[in-house]
Amino acid sequence: MSSPTDRPGPPLWLLAELTYRCPLHCAFCYNPVDFARTRAEDELDTEGWLRVLNEARAQGSVQCGFSGGEPLVRDDLEVLVAEAHRLGFYTNLLTSGVGLTEDRAEALKRAGLDHIQLSFQDTTRELNDFLSHTRTFDLKQKVAQTIKANGWPMVMNCVIHRLNIDHIGQIIEMAVALGAEYLELANNQYYSWALLNRDQLLPSREQIERAERITNEYRAKLGDKIRIFFVVPDYYETRPKKCMNGWGNVFLTVTPDGTALPCHTAKMLPGLSFPNVREMSVGEIWYDSDGFNRYRGDGWMSDTCKSCPDKEKDLGGCRCQAFMLAGDATAPDPVCDKSPAHQVVLDAVARAQQPGAVSTAPLVFRDPKASRRIAP
Amino acid sequence: MSADTPELSSRFRMQWEEAQQAWVLLYPEGMVKLNASAAEILKRCDGKRDVPALVADLETAFDATGLEPDVRAFLDMARQQQWVV
Repeated sequence: MSSPTDRPGPPLWLLAELTYRCPLHCAFCYNPVDFARTRAEDELDTEGWLRVLNEARAQGSVQCGFSGGEPLVRDDLEVLVAEAHRLGFYTNLLTSGVGLTEDRAEALKRAGLDHIQLSFQDTTRELNDFLSHTRTFDLKQKVAQTIKANGWPMVMNCVIHRLNIDHIGQIIEMAVALGAEYLELANNQYYSWALLNRDQLLPSREQIERAERITNEYRAKLGDKIRIFFVVPDYYETRPKKCMNGWGNVFLTVTPDGTALPCHTAKMLPGLSFPNVREMSVGEIWYDSDGFNRYRGDGWMSDTCKSCPDKEKDLGGCRCQAFMLAGDATAPDPVCDKSPAHQVVLDAVARAQQPGAVSTAPLVFRDPKASRRIAP
Repeated sequence: MSADTPELSSRFRMQWEEAQQAWVLLYPEGMVKLNASAAEILKRCDGKRDVPALVADLETAFDATGLEPDVRAFLDMARQQQWVV
């Protein structure tokens, strides 16, 4: 196990969250619940992002994800992609597809965009609209065709949860019909908006087992035609995930206002200040800032984690989940069955075993109004 | 698909990374860091050379003999990973 004084490797992965603006209102969005505090005028401008790209690349970043919100809302996306491409990044666009006209797709292709990951909410128009709260389903089919027409690898991502998990076979069928080469069936992680809606979104064990079985049947049937990734929700595990592959290990997120984070949700952690790319270079942020050094190594760990034979496998799990569920960012991730707070997870899982709707509360959809109401 | 003249798949991009002092394969949202011998083999997977020519080229470049079994084993793995077609 490395100590915080060992120099970490480079920030291989740069996630540029260009904006929190988004035409969708997904109830499982991982953007912070208080995202509306970041106004459009607070966003880094084009020059700011170009500087971030240059500095990160100089530090060894090689994968660059353009995300959001909906990154296509930024009309300088093509400029940023072109610069990232020129610098030698592998460029990924993570999009709902809203705003990806044929013209913009062609401009992004010319700019050197390597890959588009298109998110889908479900296969049935009704549920798709219900969960994303706009009429986007037909559009996504059209966008999938545009992606193929430009010769990009077709990567689909579908967030899986209680309300769509029983449609898993249809989701796979649709991905195949659209020519997807990769399909990520990403079980919802319970952060931010998804945590608010956890009772409505956490599937039962039976639903997950059925979905996994069906996924395996399709894998056997489809062979090399499509690679399907099925990510099990961590609430059903007994050991936590190695979150972000380690705090400040490979992953650097820059939020719309320029705050640099070791993961998309780390801003929620109390008593930590994260640097802003307007005030500090990417190199200083990565190697020298308190925010990035805080949970490197094992000095911060509780005795439960420090003495655990699995600590190098999972590094104590997720700091945000420890804070959200155990009220202490240095605690073991409560997903772990050795965690003193594990009962919180067991209770949520137990509620999810009830048939039908677990909660009669309405889903809270991610929109600026709800954000301002919850986090004024 | 040509088993005779292996070629790096268009779905992967191979480049030298100064910060890692290594060749890497890049693909959607992922990266494989290559060791030196893997990189030397993949650099020669240009869709024109067949395996005996590739081996001969490596043996000349590195003043070595008997590389063919290792090269074939690597190419089998690389095809399974779909790095090479």
